[in-house]
Amino acid sequence: MAEIPDDEYILKTTSACAGCSIPLCLRYITKAAGPDTVLVIPACCTSVIQGLYPNTAVNIPIYNVAFASAAAVASGMSEAFRAAGKKTNVICFGGDGGTVDIGIQALSGALERGTDFLYICYDNEAYSNTGMQRSGATPLGAATTTTPTGKKEFKKDLDAIVNAHNPVYMATACSAYPVDLYNKVEKALSIPGPKFMHILAPCPPGWRYPSDKTVALGKLAVQSGMWVLYERENGKMSLTGASKAAAKKRIPVEDYLKAQGRFKTATKENVAELQQMVENNFKRIEKEVEGIC
Amino acid sequence: MLNVGTGNKAVALAARDARPGVVAAYPITPQTEIVEEIANQVGAGNLDARYIPVESEHSAMAACIGVAATGTRTFTATSSHGLVYMCEMLHWAAGARLPIVMANANRALGPGWNIGSEHSDSLSMRDSGWLQVYASTVQEAYDATIIAFRIAENENVLLPVMINLDGFLLTHITQAFESVDPSGYLPDINTPHAIDINNPGGYGTLTANTEHFKFRHDIMKGMKNSVPIIERAEEEFAKQFGRKYGMTEDYMAEDAEVIIIAMGTLGKEMEVAVDKLREEGIKAGSVRVRWFRPFPDLKEKFEGKDLIVIDRDYSFGFGGILANELRAKTCCDPYSVIAGLGGQDVTYDDIAVFVRDRKPGEEFWFGVSE
Repeated sequence: MAEIPDDEYILKTTSACAGCSIPLCLRYITKAAGPDTVLVIPACCTSVIQGLYPNTAVNIPIYNVAFASAAAVASGMSEAFRAAGKKTNVICFGGDGGTVDIGIQALSGALERGTDFLYICYDNEAYSNTGMQRSGATPLGAATTTTPTGKKEFKKDLDAIVNAHNPVYMATACSAYPVDLYNKVEKALSIPGPKFMHILAPCPPGWRYPSDKTVALGKLAVQSGMWVLYERENGKMSLTGASKAAAKKRIPVEDYLKAQGRFKTATKENVAELQQMVENNFKRIEKEVEGIC
Repeated sequence: MLNVGTGNKAVALAARDARPGVVAAYPITPQTEIVEEIANQVGAGNLDARYIPVESEHSAMAACIGVAATGTRTFTATSSHGLVYMCEMLHWAAGARLPIVMANANRALGPGWNIGSEHSDSLSMRDSGWLQVYASTVQEAYDATIIAFRIAENENVLLPVMINLDGFLLTHITQAFESVDPSGYLPDINTPHAIDINNPGGYGTLTANTEHFKFRHDIMKGMKNSVPIIERAEEEFAKQFGRKYGMTEDYMAEDAEVIIIAMGTLGKEMEVAVDKLREEGIKAGSVRVRWFRPFPDLKEKFEGKDLIVIDRDYSFGFGGILANELRAKTCCDPYSVIAGLGGQDVTYDDIAVFVRDRKPGEEFWFGVSE
């Protein structure tokens, strides 16, 4: 088990909702990154969580930028630091809307250019900061304020898009497994070049579950296979943590869905389609892990 | 050093001579030669900078914001659709008080596609908090770019500056120009609010209206402060390099009874028109507005004169934009000529006709209203 430093860079009084998983993610990300780090934040829940000017709950420089621009701002920042001979970590920390939808062009450009930075998408599967509208990352069947009868489309496969850019390192994580998250951030930042992480970040008001169940929800997501923990280093994929067990034996997807109010309107067909999606996904992952595809 | 080159080349060499640490840019007609020339200068080792070939203009300005946030000098160039595509980030750059310098090749906006010169692009960014200067010659495009860094980076301004040059009419014409070594003119950049790892802060955090008001008021002060700072920067430039500029460039305006006003290359064309009109006995003069933001104080200069304003732009539902600014700032009611849109040819003979046929208070669309 990793030695996780006692240093804290996220102060205890953020303006996050009760039970929010984002401060938990930020806490371990910043512990892994250390103080020589700048966080670049597009419009997202973290715009609010960090606090109201002149206060900030983040004890490293945090640069807020327009919604679509985080990866591009990070490009400029990273080049400027490297030109000045500085090794400062540049980490984008954006939500799913700011990554899979409005920010994907800037992300694609920054990855393709080989920018030396780490882009972290924390995925609460909707525009949660504006009150839970659907995003490209919202799963099939989930009710949001703009899909009141449940989303009709599958979640956009962000990781496949990112993988097509051949980043030097990419990984998934979940707020329910902070040590796995810490290890991956630490590893990502040890490698120069473009790195990407995708973190599932359960959201109590958006997903409609009690605020003391955030860790339990994250675990259900991984145990059911609705979320897979893995890393891909120089194109080689390996499962990590609880997903190694989930690859062999999983709880039904329904157990994960029924713990959340947002899937109340999901049809039986939706549940079956999601279960099938998980099965197909693991078949593909097994092949990739074994080096067959 | 004496060079021969286009307006685009002059801007690129000025950017090289100002020694930015990072340049981020995206190509667009008619600005493309600027980004190509900068890439060449970096490639040839004449400019020790990093060049970020971004995937869009929105990202070009975003990357410049990232660079400037670290306290590093940066530069970009764009035009037309590129400029309006980066609109959001233009506001962000000014709001974040980042001294970014950018050249804009003035070009029409579609539809239909038109790559000719027009000022509608930059003037639609009028209220973004950027300083705007309009050049009329290749030499001026070079000089204005150098001077822009000194003004933008002044601690009492800390606002971005846009150097405008007419698409094709200036970006693509070739003239002789002198390049300079500005190392004694441009002090090292010193951004007081640059990111400091040892003194971490939150930038652009959620801000309540009381504080937001103060930040906007500060931008207003920065813009106001810029007037004497522009004047000093231009005086100092004249002292070191021998070429003098001002908020406006006036030609035989002092004793004139009728004054023609325009921006950009039309401002040179109208000087020839003034000569012709003077030969006919019409006491004409011209005032080329160089700095559009901050806008010059022209009240005294225009007192009691007949004014003809030529706008290469239009504010639909209101009028020619430069004419509007003059109406608001001087209480005059000029003859407002809308001419040159989409790169339409406007000659000094045409301008002389505008003067002879002037109808104060009326609006005339050259080539349309007869």
